[in-house]
Amino acid sequence: MQNDKISVIQLSGHVQYENTLRFDSVVLPRHMKKRQIADWLVRSIGFISIIFTIAFLVAVLIHIAVKGIGWLNLHFLIHTLSVFPEKAGILNAITGSFALMAIVMPVTLVLGAATALYLEEYASKYFFSRFIQIFISNLAGVPSVIFGLLGLSVFGRLMGLRASILSGGLTLSLLALPVVIVAAQEAIRSVPFELREASYALGATHWTTIWRVVLPTAMPGLLTGSILAVSRAIGETAPLVVLGIPALIMKMPDSLLDDFTALPVQIYYWTLDAVLTPEYENLASAAIIVLLVLLLSLNLAAVLIRQRYARLRSS
Amino acid sequence: MKEEIKIKTKDLDLFYGSLQALKSVTMDIPAYRVTALIGPSGCGKSTFLRTLNRMNDLIPDVTVNGKVWVDGIDIYNPDVNVPLLRRKIGMVFQKPNPFPMTIYDNVAYGPRIHGIRKKAILDGIVMRSLTDAALWPEVKDRLGDQAQKLSGGQQQRLCIARALAVEPDILLLDESTSALDPASTQKIEDLISELKTNYTIVMVTHNMQQAARVSDWTAFFMMGEVIEYDQTGNLFYKPQHKETERYLTGRFG
Repeated sequence: MQNDKISVIQLSGHVQYENTLRFDSVVLPRHMKKRQIADWLVRSIGFISIIFTIAFLVAVLIHIAVKGIGWLNLHFLIHTLSVFPEKAGILNAITGSFALMAIVMPVTLVLGAATALYLEEYASKYFFSRFIQIFISNLAGVPSVIFGLLGLSVFGRLMGLRASILSGGLTLSLLALPVVIVAAQEAIRSVPFELREASYALGATHWTTIWRVVLPTAMPGLLTGSILAVSRAIGETAPLVVLGIPALIMKMPDSLLDDFTALPVQIYYWTLDAVLTPEYENLASAAIIVLLVLLLSLNLAAVLIRQRYARLRSS
Repeated sequence: MKEEIKIKTKDLDLFYGSLQALKSVTMDIPAYRVTALIGPSGCGKSTFLRTLNRMNDLIPDVTVNGKVWVDGIDIYNPDVNVPLLRRKIGMVFQKPNPFPMTIYDNVAYGPRIHGIRKKAILDGIVMRSLTDAALWPEVKDRLGDQAQKLSGGQQQRLCIARALAVEPDILLLDESTSALDPASTQKIEDLISELKTNYTIVMVTHNMQQAARVSDWTAFFMMGEVIEYDQTGNLFYKPQHKETERYLTGRFG
């Protein structure tokens, strides 16, 4: 034994403890110590980053909660707008957002599944399908405002739907579609080849196999993709604003072609009003809480569906 | 051979791209018998099995030359209805692959896609198939359970029942007991011996003892060619070719 900082790690790799088994009594050579310090450093930095990020999130949430919680009550949820901030409710906005959801979910599900099916099952795997693939991935990154412009010219003006629920719903569907297509492709690809083989071996055609085996097996993935896309779509403000959806609507919409308002738009305009009338900041915060709860529920639903089917799937 | 021939191949070649996997395979497979295909890994026995029900069509870049006749019909003729062919020739795979559905729906899948809708008829088919696959007593009270809940051996018997439900003439078993424990393997081997009264069975196995136990005829494959093809008793005790003998005595494989 030389000095107290001795290497006790033998060449075979076994560590010989001196007389106890406590980790801190194991003495390591210098190069091991440097690695240990690096490890600790990275871990600490990672930890601090997480704390930092979460702190910001928590700060925002607390601010909103403080401003809005007092104004969030049953009256707020079930009444429509009013000239007096204390009497205003977001029934119009909630109804509008739900109506949008009711359009976006089926449209993205059907179109997304159909596109993904074509890409995965029917298109030749070479140039054409690759090209479409790149196209779709890029669409997913296009700023939402652009979709607003698209919706305005095609649905709003060309098809004459103006600022109706249908117009808003279709615009948001286009916005959400690339994400759903990618998720649907993943879901379809994850159906094991053995299941398709089994179907073919029983004398099924390509379409029968898709309809009876691939789609049902991929359904949980398709559903979660669609739900997540919807949750993104309901939070979008820019496309709706560009489309011309207003915030000051007193009456409830009575058809898909009627004017309406939605939660994010309502929040946006109330925030603008808050400059002159501070109470509107409280209203906006309360509406934000409602929107967050909605988003959380949707994401929770997606997670639950995924879990339930994962449990069913595994033996 | 004096027996009725169910499947006949002549000069069958198969290429995966430019790689030749089967060379000039010529075989007569008798009806209502068990024919075993043995040989070392990669010798082409599974590939050959899959040419019999055209499952190789599912793999891109595969070329098949030569002829395969089932009941006298050239199955590689472009006019052949492949789904119908695959209904006549059932296949059970190495790893049990039940659909993520109930036990009942798994067995009823085949009849349903071929047009049978009436519940009473489907019930009868399901019961008959599960009985023929020696699984009925174990599942008769839980047909509504998910197939995934069954054990490996039960799942494989379910796959056999599923294949039997469409009333094929021929059963192709691709190493069907490889993934199972000895007890389940035994059950399935007994099943095979019983099934051959009504079906023509061709099985691939890497287990020589299994081939010796269960089959009537055995073909020894090596590097895509049939080295020897004879009645099981003859092949195992009086092999004509040196390579066969070397394989059987465990020199390679």
